[in-house]
Amino acid sequence: MIGITSYGAYVPLWRLSRDAIAKGAKGEKAICHYDEDAITMAVAAAADCLHGVEREKVDGLIFASTNSPYKEKQAASIVAAGADLRRDIVTADFAGSLKAGTTGLRFACDAVKAGSAKQMMVTAADRRQGAPLSAYDQDLGDGAAALMVGDSNVIASLEGSYSISDEILDVWRSSDDTFLRTTHERFAQTEGYVKVISEAIAGLMKKNKLEAKDFAKIAIYTPTARRVADVAKKLGFDAKTQVQDVFFSVMGNTGVPYAMMLFVAALEEAKPGDLILLAGYGDGADAFAFRVTEEIEKVRGNAARRGMKKHLDSKMVINDYKTYWLWRGLLNPITEEGFLPHHYWKTSPVMLWRERDRILRFRGGKCKACGAVNFPPQRACGNCGTEGQFDSVRLSDKKGTIWTFSMDYLSSQVEVPIVCPLVHLEGGGRFQVYMTDCVAEEVKVGMEIEMSFRKIMVRDGINNYYWKATPIRA
Amino acid sequence: MESIKDKVAVVGMGCTNFGEKWGENADDMAVEATKEALEDAGLELKDINAAVQTTLFTGETGSQLARWLKLNYVPVSRVENFCSGGLDAFRTACYYVASGTYDIVLANGTEKLMDHAGGFGKVIPSSFDLPGVDHDLPPATTFAFFAVRYMEKHNISYDRMRRILARLEVKNHHNGTLAPKSHLKREITIDDVLNAPMVTYPFGLYDCCGMSDGSASCIVTTPEIAESLRDDYVLVKGLAIANGAGQAYFKASDNTLIGGGDKLEANFPETVNAARSAYAQAGVKDPRKEVSHFEVHDCFSSTELLTYEDLLISPFGKAPEDLEAGRFDLDGEQPCNTDGGLKSFGHPVSASGIRMLYELYKQLQGKAEKRQIKNPKLGLAHNLGGVCGYYNVAVCLIGGRD
Amino acid sequence: MESIKDKVAIVGMGCTRFGELWDRSAEDMIVEAAEEALADAGIGIQDIQAAWAGTMFDYTGATIAKPLKLQYIPVTRVENACGTGIEAIRAAAFAVAAGVYDRVLVVTYEKMKDYGFPGLPNDVERLPRRHPVFEVGYTAAGNYALAATRYFRQYGLSNEEGKLTLAKISVKSHYNGARNPRAHLRREVTLEQVVNAPMIAWPLGLFDCCGVTDGAAAAVLCRAEDARSFRDDYVTIKGLGVSVGPGQGYVRTDYDYTHWGETEHAARQAYEMAGIKDPRKELDVAEVHDCFSISELIACESLGFCPKGQAKEDIDAGTFTQEGELPVNISGGLKSFGHPIGASGCRETYEVYKQIQGKAEEPSRQLKNVQQGLIHNQGGLPGKFMCCVLIIGAP
Repeated sequence: MIGITSYGAYVPLWRLSRDAIAKGAKGEKAICHYDEDAITMAVAAAADCLHGVEREKVDGLIFASTNSPYKEKQAASIVAAGADLRRDIVTADFAGSLKAGTTGLRFACDAVKAGSAKQMMVTAADRRQGAPLSAYDQDLGDGAAALMVGDSNVIASLEGSYSISDEILDVWRSSDDTFLRTTHERFAQTEGYVKVISEAIAGLMKKNKLEAKDFAKIAIYTPTARRVADVAKKLGFDAKTQVQDVFFSVMGNTGVPYAMMLFVAALEEAKPGDLILLAGYGDGADAFAFRVTEEIEKVRGNAARRGMKKHLDSKMVINDYKTYWLWRGLLNPITEEGFLPHHYWKTSPVMLWRERDRILRFRGGKCKACGAVNFPPQRACGNCGTEGQFDSVRLSDKKGTIWTFSMDYLSSQVEVPIVCPLVHLEGGGRFQVYMTDCVAEEVKVGMEIEMSFRKIMVRDGINNYYWKATPIRA
Repeated sequence: MESIKDKVAVVGMGCTNFGEKWGENADDMAVEATKEALEDAGLELKDINAAVQTTLFTGETGSQLARWLKLNYVPVSRVENFCSGGLDAFRTACYYVASGTYDIVLANGTEKLMDHAGGFGKVIPSSFDLPGVDHDLPPATTFAFFAVRYMEKHNISYDRMRRILARLEVKNHHNGTLAPKSHLKREITIDDVLNAPMVTYPFGLYDCCGMSDGSASCIVTTPEIAESLRDDYVLVKGLAIANGAGQAYFKASDNTLIGGGDKLEANFPETVNAARSAYAQAGVKDPRKEVSHFEVHDCFSSTELLTYEDLLISPFGKAPEDLEAGRFDLDGEQPCNTDGGLKSFGHPVSASGIRMLYELYKQLQGKAEKRQIKNPKLGLAHNLGGVCGYYNVAVCLIGGRD
Repeated sequence: MESIKDKVAIVGMGCTRFGELWDRSAEDMIVEAAEEALADAGIGIQDIQAAWAGTMFDYTGATIAKPLKLQYIPVTRVENACGTGIEAIRAAAFAVAAGVYDRVLVVTYEKMKDYGFPGLPNDVERLPRRHPVFEVGYTAAGNYALAATRYFRQYGLSNEEGKLTLAKISVKSHYNGARNPRAHLRREVTLEQVVNAPMIAWPLGLFDCCGVTDGAAAAVLCRAEDARSFRDDYVTIKGLGVSVGPGQGYVRTDYDYTHWGETEHAARQAYEMAGIKDPRKELDVAEVHDCFSISELIACESLGFCPKGQAKEDIDAGTFTQEGELPVNISGGLKSFGHPIGASGCRETYEVYKQIQGKAEEPSRQLKNVQQGLIHNQGGLPGKFMCCVLIIGAP
């Protein structure tokens, strides 16, 4: 049996009230903080998915997004490093289309089915941008999902899949565009979305001899809050009982990961034996039928996993378009500059490479002689002085406490003040780090924190990622 | 003023392999070099009373050496003098000991050049105290000024000069093949040099030293303590530095190569001044007879050639003759750059001076293996840094005990 | 190991006015400071046999050889972050004590205002080329704020009490600085102004931070036995200590941020050399590295001027004011002078030198009967300092 063995999701802490975009508009949309992008969200969703999973047994990682920060250079390898996966795995970026996530899932299933991998993780994340004050600006939210595909301890077995390829210009963005473009809305949605995703779902049902009533839930992509009902109606699903809530009023359309996030939400509620439909759309469509197994309880029982529900429940709402625009990096490029205008500051790819285990994997050194955890890794132990005898230890999944802190009014031009704590990690290790996703006034000595993978800045076309501390998210 | 002669002893030295060490940090290299030096001296880290760190680009302050090695609250200073940093740190450490303040002092030079594209060739600042929008001449060009003046002064044709310099680099490459820690280990021929791509007139590729990462460490102490540590310790005989103050630009008619005076007294006047001072301290009257082997700062081929003269080893204008007679070869009368020099080791800026001392020291102890020369008595190291007109030149003399 | 106590003398010193010297280059400042020091010693530039340059951001000894037109003598650049000033004096002192030179010159300077430094740079070791800023780049204020937060907590001070205690330090430094013609900020401030100033890095506000300034200072050193041939009121080096921490604050969780370990070690070396048992009694004046108000508070404890955790009582009692038992930063400190990094240590030495000679420029700042004084210079950041302590006095 092959199918889903674990799941995870990520919704940024921050929500923008739609009222900030258009006076009186209802609801909120999830938005990245200024230090988040598709890669950081994918790392967060991957970490959520890895709860209860041995990272050493993951054989591949797919990253699906329309918003990789690089035009040339793989993003999946960064996500795999952030997730601290093995080195001898296969990584791939699936890009360009809104269905990149479900297409990635299909290839992962095929790889496991073919026996070339025992476990593959599919991550999807998007941070799409509509033109200022446009309908897209209101509709689009940010988020990420991760699904693990494997051949043992399956929580939702793959019953069948069906794909369509369709050439249509309904949503696009050239490599020079900042904002999404679209055409007549009714053309895009009737000839594109409704027609094509229905075709894929109908094909899936026909091929696998399934009927609409067999499904407990359908988790399908939708461009707007209401369009999903057109698809349900066309295929005979009951919009009230069978269609998974699309969280449009609290999150928005998250693009590539959207269908997968809805699927995660469905799994959170599903009973063993339930049949769940997952369908993604974009230049065609992919549809899958999954049957939930008894194993689901084990995965669902892991309290560390936040999935969709906990992530959606934990939020901070802003109602300030200027702040949102600043965080998107669209007001001006100051997020791309260091604090000091020093002309010698350059990012060294050699150093980034040499210290990749520390920077991306957040690994420290544990002294073999005295057991002290040294971060950053030292040549000689800071505790006992023993030279060169360290085990590499993962610190990204450890919690910590704030030992002392300040609120710095000069270090950042986007977040003022920026909280700068000195952190003690559980199990040892001390370091200074930036703090994010917090309310500065609430930070206290002794406060608990966890680590989060973030983008520090962009310079010379290099995206510099590193870890920050956040308060423990509810 | 008194002389430093025989007041300070070298009891331990260490040096990493030099090369493109992509996988190593500065701390990896500094720890490796220091460990070798400590083992060589039979000492432990806790025996160190004070330390001097030198680096041009690789971080700042003495703190970083303390942090790398986990030195425990002892004084660590940083000195920096461009490419002469290595020998200046050594000199500073020697004064620490000679002043009576500290017994055992560590000097370390470390440079991580290869982390930045273009290495140091691209990050040498322009002339001092300018807003950075002035001209910014790469080192090869400013050193070429000297080669061109030398050709003019001594009426040497371009083709002849290229052959002389090629002879010199063939020697250095050969020596480099015999040095286990060198970066470039390949024999070359005169034709290789002549046919190499041009870098800047009159230099081709082989006239320029390599670019490397590296670190070297040295431990100095009093002769009394040295006596208790080992029999073959080495004594400091002379330590000198001379800085130019822009005379090349402001005293156009002085008797130097760039100055253009009629009676040539110096190619690089900084080197002549430093050498005279060091010889006076060591009591050397005739360097051509008394210096047994020497390491010079061959950032470019002609720098080495001209330095033979500035060190008062070859008479002015006669360096090519000496070179071609084999005087500076491994088996010659005064072997120069027995380890292959900057040419073969590359030039991790501040590490180079201490790397030179490492070679002199091993030669004096008879531990230079395939490169071992006959009868080493007094070794000289020469470090030249800075930009044209403002060079800082260090000359150190070390010798075996009597 | 022997001591260099009373073996090396300072016979001339110079110091520029500190401030935003937009119209003066580093070379202008170097020449001005060196000329004052040489004139003070009564010698000319040609008498100098070797020189040391102390600068954090400039390269090589040539930076002073060029403007001073030193003729092929040895010039070395010494750098040890904010401790650079004293380090340069120290390197020169050892060379003199080693006997190899008779007359040497130290010139320390920093030109901060030619670049857009809005404040002291963050982690100085990553600047300028050490590392891309893909990780933490706290400001210096942010780093020292960590110590303030921790100090308040450890000694049970409420945020208001803590802020007020620090404010008293700044008020005192401003008071002293207002009486020093060479200071950058020459304006008295009130407690209310300090407490209510804009926040820089909580809990440190604007007046808790020293200024950003250009400046240079210079000294002429010789052997003590030759000193009388220069002048009668020369001073000698009594004690000299340097300590560099192994960065324990960054790895060890037992490093508490409420004392400066490097300062304790350096002070111990210096006191031992000078034969000082009770610094509070035996010292007549102290210039302490007050890049931030909290730096001065903790330094006073770590230098042994008062027991740990009790600086507040002495601050409240006025112990460190001009009339107090041990005046600290009578010059106005880094607070009033700003902190041109390489120059500060030598500039502090200038104040103590003039106080010992009874020549403080403004008579209202002159202390009575100063025999010996301490200069404390600290570089790096809490958790990985380097610290220099110099004690000079009448021979």
